[in-house]
Amino acid sequence: MAKVEQKGALSTEELRDFFREMLLIRRFEEKVEERFRAGELPGFLHVAIGQEAVAVGVCRALEDGDVIASTHRAHGHTLAKGTMPNELMAELYGKLEGCSHGYGGSMHLYDVERGNMGANAVVGGGLPQITGMALAFQLRGEPRVAVAFFGDGATNIGTFHEALNLAQLWKVPAVFVLEDNKWAESTPESQHSPIRDLSKRAEAFGMTAIKVDGQDVEEVYKAAKKALDHARSGKGPVFLHAGTYRLVGHYIGDPQVYRSKEEQQDVRQHHDPLTFLRQKLEITDEEFEEMDADVQEVVDASVEFAKNGTDPRPEDAMKNVYA
Amino acid sequence: MPELSYREAVRDALSRAMRKDEDVFIMGEDIAEMGGSMGVTQGMLAEFGPQRVRNTPISEMALAGAAIGAAVQGMRPVAEIMYEDFLTLATEQIVNQAAKHRYMSGGQVTVPVTFRTQGGSGWSPGAQHAQQLEAWFVHIPGLKVVFPSTPTDVRGLLWSSIYDDNPVVFFEHRTLYGIKEEVPEELEPIPLGKARVHREGDDVTVIATGRLVHEALAAATDAENDGVSVEVVDPRTLQPLDEDALIASVKKTNRCVVAHEAVTRMGFGAEVAAIVQHGAFDWLDAPIERVGAKFTPLPFAPVMEEWCVPHAKDVLEAINKTLARNT
Repeated sequence: MAKVEQKGALSTEELRDFFREMLLIRRFEEKVEERFRAGELPGFLHVAIGQEAVAVGVCRALEDGDVIASTHRAHGHTLAKGTMPNELMAELYGKLEGCSHGYGGSMHLYDVERGNMGANAVVGGGLPQITGMALAFQLRGEPRVAVAFFGDGATNIGTFHEALNLAQLWKVPAVFVLEDNKWAESTPESQHSPIRDLSKRAEAFGMTAIKVDGQDVEEVYKAAKKALDHARSGKGPVFLHAGTYRLVGHYIGDPQVYRSKEEQQDVRQHHDPLTFLRQKLEITDEEFEEMDADVQEVVDASVEFAKNGTDPRPEDAMKNVYA
Repeated sequence: MPELSYREAVRDALSRAMRKDEDVFIMGEDIAEMGGSMGVTQGMLAEFGPQRVRNTPISEMALAGAAIGAAVQGMRPVAEIMYEDFLTLATEQIVNQAAKHRYMSGGQVTVPVTFRTQGGSGWSPGAQHAQQLEAWFVHIPGLKVVFPSTPTDVRGLLWSSIYDDNPVVFFEHRTLYGIKEEVPEELEPIPLGKARVHREGDDVTVIATGRLVHEALAAATDAENDGVSVEVVDPRTLQPLDEDALIASVKKTNRCVVAHEAVTRMGFGAEVAAIVQHGAFDWLDAPIERVGAKFTPLPFAPVMEEWCVPHAKDVLEAINKTLARNT
């Protein structure tokens, strides 16, 4: 997966590469659902089906050395930031070959070498640390940006407000990416926030806010580039507000009693970022099937890799408590 | 040898580390121009400037989290939490984040952050500015916890905390800031996890922390007048705990009192008592006695506050109890 260097428009070839990566995330997540239902995967699993364009659009806009902090819905961000499907799947199976060596699991995915500083299972938990990582870059004069992903539910928690306030006050090179899928678990935005435009929360701190259609990966990429350039050039943090859709439940097996079957069907039919991009790129059925078979192979191989991975010894639990 | 107060000793350790190392910086509420609510960081803004002596908003979650984030990226920040009570506001970041990053990442992440805080009774600050909460943090795998009681110890241990690659919660006691001591010209780092025997004795071991070290030493002097020889041991680091030193002392004296200012019930002393009874069961001549605060929030009225927290006389009473049980 070649890194895109240019800042302007994307070529068709590049966009096809984005599409392939989004498809990889989609198929990976579907496989995770399948293996969870088969009883093979322990833990709490939240898949990012529907939100692939945000992960890919933002992560492809990053430079080497930039870092991210993710959320409980972390598989997409992790793959987009460069972790190999094998390493991610192995982590979900609790194997030593996993990206957190079996100590983290789905909600605590790390890949420090590739700049993934950890997925966080506490909503909003990673935001103050992204402010602090950006502070470290600023103090050392490094041209790096720290990027936090979080959902609309997180905009109600104290860490969100405290982290954004401090980041703007100190003008640190951070980008706060709101993946606004309009649901905090089962609670719709209308029940968790008194305002409809969550960008206003960032603007209240004097922070630059950029809104983007999170289902259009090209737009996400361009907006992310703009946000990253702003932050990297010392102008301060940016709030990147991506409207997106969670096409599935909060967790695997979620019966979604809180939203109607019609709505579930509607978002799948009309707000799937893969469908949108496939049409835009005019990918033929033949081309799609070839690409899909290729991606499926990668995903199937990751399951094989994971199943053949090494179980930690029970007493390995005592390692890594202290440095 | 220069004489330093406990307050000056903290400042000395911070300043020396910052002179030596660009990665060390301090942040907290009112620490810059004002020099901190206890005056610990006075003068440091002038020497190091606002980039490295960073005033923060009243925003404990953000300041704790930002310190953690900077540490994860290789800095060695020292964050001041103005009062121990306000640790409650930063606990999510300290307990769920700082303590667990290394573990959850399977050893990929290092979090060399120090959280300095202070508290304790004595000035009638009331129930929200005087708690002793060290036991909460000792309970969390992944954190180190330090509680020095003298200028020499606070200086040497703070240095070691800053240079430890783990998150450290560093407790200072408010009433100790003024105590003075001659300290070596050069700062001598004190390794975390080493207890200090303040006074050797034969009849009873008092294991004390923070202000109670000084109360225990006063009680030991009183006991000596009655012909009782008391050994006073300060663990100094609560996690990792120098269990061997505590057990060895009790094996020598056969009696043990554990003393701290925090509430007795479920306190740090309960764990020490468990460790000592297990490690020195056959040597014990009396049940282990615990000394600590009564099970109440700290009251405001000085007479009530004074009554709730332990003093030298309470330690002496406990010493005598361990002796009486055996006669």
